Amino acid sequence: MLADLIESLAKIVFIFTVNVGVFAPILGWVERKQSAVMQDRIGANRADILGFTAIGLFHSLADAVKLLTKEDFVPANANKFFHTLAPFIALVPAISAFAIIPFGGRYELFGREINLVIADLDVGILYVFALAGLATYGTVLAGWSSRSNWSLLGGLRASAQMLSYEVAMGLSIIGIIIVYGSLRLTDIGAAQENFFRWGIFLQPVGFIIYMTCAIAENKRIPFDIPEAESELVAGYFTEYSGMKFVMFWMAEFLEMVTISAIVTTLFFGAWHIPFVTDAMLLSWFSGFAGPNGAAALAMAVNIAVFFAKVSFFIWLQMTIRWTLPRFRYDQVMRMCWKMLLPLSLINLSITGLVVLLL
Amino acid sequence: MSEISKDLHTEHMVINMGPSHPVTHGTVKFLATLEGETIIDLDVEIGYLHRGFEKMCENSTWQQVIPYTDRLNYVSPLINNTGYALAVEKLLGIDVPERCKYLRVIACELSRLSDHLTNVAAAGLELGAFTAFLYFVEARELVWDLIEALCGARVTVNYIRIGGLKNDLPERFEEKVKYTFKEVRRLWKDVDKLLTKNRIFIDRVRGVGAISAEEAIAYGFTGPCLRACGVPYDVRKAQPYLVYDRMDFEVPIGETGDNYDKYLVRMEEIQQSMRIVEQALAQMPDGPINVRMPQVRMEPKEKIYSRIDSLIYHFKTVIEGIKPPPGEVYLAVEGGNGELGFYLVSDGSGKPYKCRVRPPCFALTAAMPRLVKGRLLADIVPTFDMINMIGGECDR
Repeated sequence: MLADLIESLAKIVFIFTVNVGVFAPILGWVERKQSAVMQDRIGANRADILGFTAIGLFHSLADAVKLLTKEDFVPANANKFFHTLAPFIALVPAISAFAIIPFGGRYELFGREINLVIADLDVGILYVFALAGLATYGTVLAGWSSRSNWSLLGGLRASAQMLSYEVAMGLSIIGIIIVYGSLRLTDIGAAQENFFRWGIFLQPVGFIIYMTCAIAENKRIPFDIPEAESELVAGYFTEYSGMKFVMFWMAEFLEMVTISAIVTTLFFGAWHIPFVTDAMLLSWFSGFAGPNGAAALAMAVNIAVFFAKVSFFIWLQMTIRWTLPRFRYDQVMRMCWKMLLPLSLINLSITGLVVLLL
Repeated sequence: MSEISKDLHTEHMVINMGPSHPVTHGTVKFLATLEGETIIDLDVEIGYLHRGFEKMCENSTWQQVIPYTDRLNYVSPLINNTGYALAVEKLLGIDVPERCKYLRVIACELSRLSDHLTNVAAAGLELGAFTAFLYFVEARELVWDLIEALCGARVTVNYIRIGGLKNDLPERFEEKVKYTFKEVRRLWKDVDKLLTKNRIFIDRVRGVGAISAEEAIAYGFTGPCLRACGVPYDVRKAQPYLVYDRMDFEVPIGETGDNYDKYLVRMEEIQQSMRIVEQALAQMPDGPINVRMPQVRMEPKEKIYSRIDSLIYHFKTVIEGIKPPPGEVYLAVEGGNGELGFYLVSDGSGKPYKCRVRPPCFALTAAMPRLVKGRLLADIVPTFDMINMIGGECDR
């Protein structure tokens, strides 16, 4: 019992550190540096501690200090309760979505079976969708409670966009669920040990639809119409400052990590290395490290592989962010209902038919 | 049915865009009445950058007006300089030397380059394509380096003089031009790849802000916005000034007058401007750059310090100003946004009696409600950007 508790706690602390402690601030830096590289700039390099700039890494620290000490401004006519609540509703789902994502397989370590996932839920992926649905409330509430025209328009756009894309996103995943016959993400991950059974080969259309919908759900360019800074100033979070603003900002980055993690788990072989099975990995390591050491090493390798893949998809999302212009509101909606939704339905029917016939 | 529609009572949202809003650069205010996201009415309020240019001119000598013209269209100040100087020269009835004309053409085209680069870049930025923005801003930076080499300043240039120029070409200017244009062409290609065939960009700009040629003329459109409607009117071709009649360049025109055509016209004009500069540099003769009329253009400082007649002329032109004969004159040049006209009245004194500017973007801004009414809020962004309203020029 105690061991279980410690194991869960260790996993939670690990994921929380990786996400909030490493990914969110590092992503802020990566986003700045990558955009700088793409745009022939130098990027953030001014913040220094005793003359050391550490290639701009201190900027995340400086941002944190600055935003923590900033005035927490609430507009005079705003609904104070909901105005304060909204960023929490936006951030909490983004953090908790990671609970069900397996960042490694199962390992025998000192007689204990370790399953590298915080909560191995049997509803699995549905939990992610439930949380994504909750995140919509944060955005909509932020837009509504600020009592500003720009926020209101942003909130309205967000509610329409996020709800619509959830439909197409859900349908795009059902193909994967049919193929692997499970909602549980650990099962889906384990089923992709064979390189040619990766989700991307079985469900290529599903991958494209999911990726598109996920970026739309996360409201990043080209789908950032709820914040569209040239039209709506900053959309739903126009009236937010200081830490509350950071919470929206962090929610966006964490959601980006979650999207990448889900894409990795569903479509890109989760923690597996192409052409290397878990058994092969274990047998290589057990030659010199003993059974426990081999399991620990395999675990480390798998976690590294998983996060390497996640980083790749984060990079991909950032490249898209800095390459494309922004859609118009009606175009985003048309694309969802008239293109992505029928496409995902067709994908679903064909998948169902093929699975039935085979 | 009628009861339901009575219950579903909706109100229009009146929303203030600007004067401090990301899209209203150049300082302007839109008072938009929205039904959902559809614009049913738009009221444009200008004047936030009014500095009383015309009144200021009446209180300065003819020569002192030139720095003020820098601040009209501050994205292409050299064209304003040239336009004003040409108008005063027409009033005086003088003609500048050949070399001066070529140099002015070069200056104007560099300015036009920077204007169009800025405009297309801003269009990218506002539609979320931040990378395209920075590519063209980099190109503009290089063009500004050229302008800086030419006249020592990047934005407020104050380069053209009545009857001449501040200085001749700096050393090794041709090499710098060659290098800069190579880089600008490279960046142009990058932006072309990022935007011209980008489906999202095309969706945002095509069909938006379209206007027929007749209507555009009725509104008083000139420049790239009129040419996008298919009217090949370019002051450089219609009433050639300086040495534009000796230059081989094309006037790109569009078909529908929508934002995509305006974008394409500007992109092509960037190329044509570079062609003109290259030709002008190749054809440019040697010779003086200033007229030899001490009552109009100051003589070199050595002469002023050593000769009494030069000193007297210097004193008279600085203290009293040059004195064009009484009369009035209108002269237009092709500015970054279209026909930039100067209407000058002289009463024979050293100061302009009247100095009226015909700003191209005033007419364009006036058409904003017509261009966006019935469309979505987001369509204001590319439409207003392609109009390229410059507050300094519109409000003066």
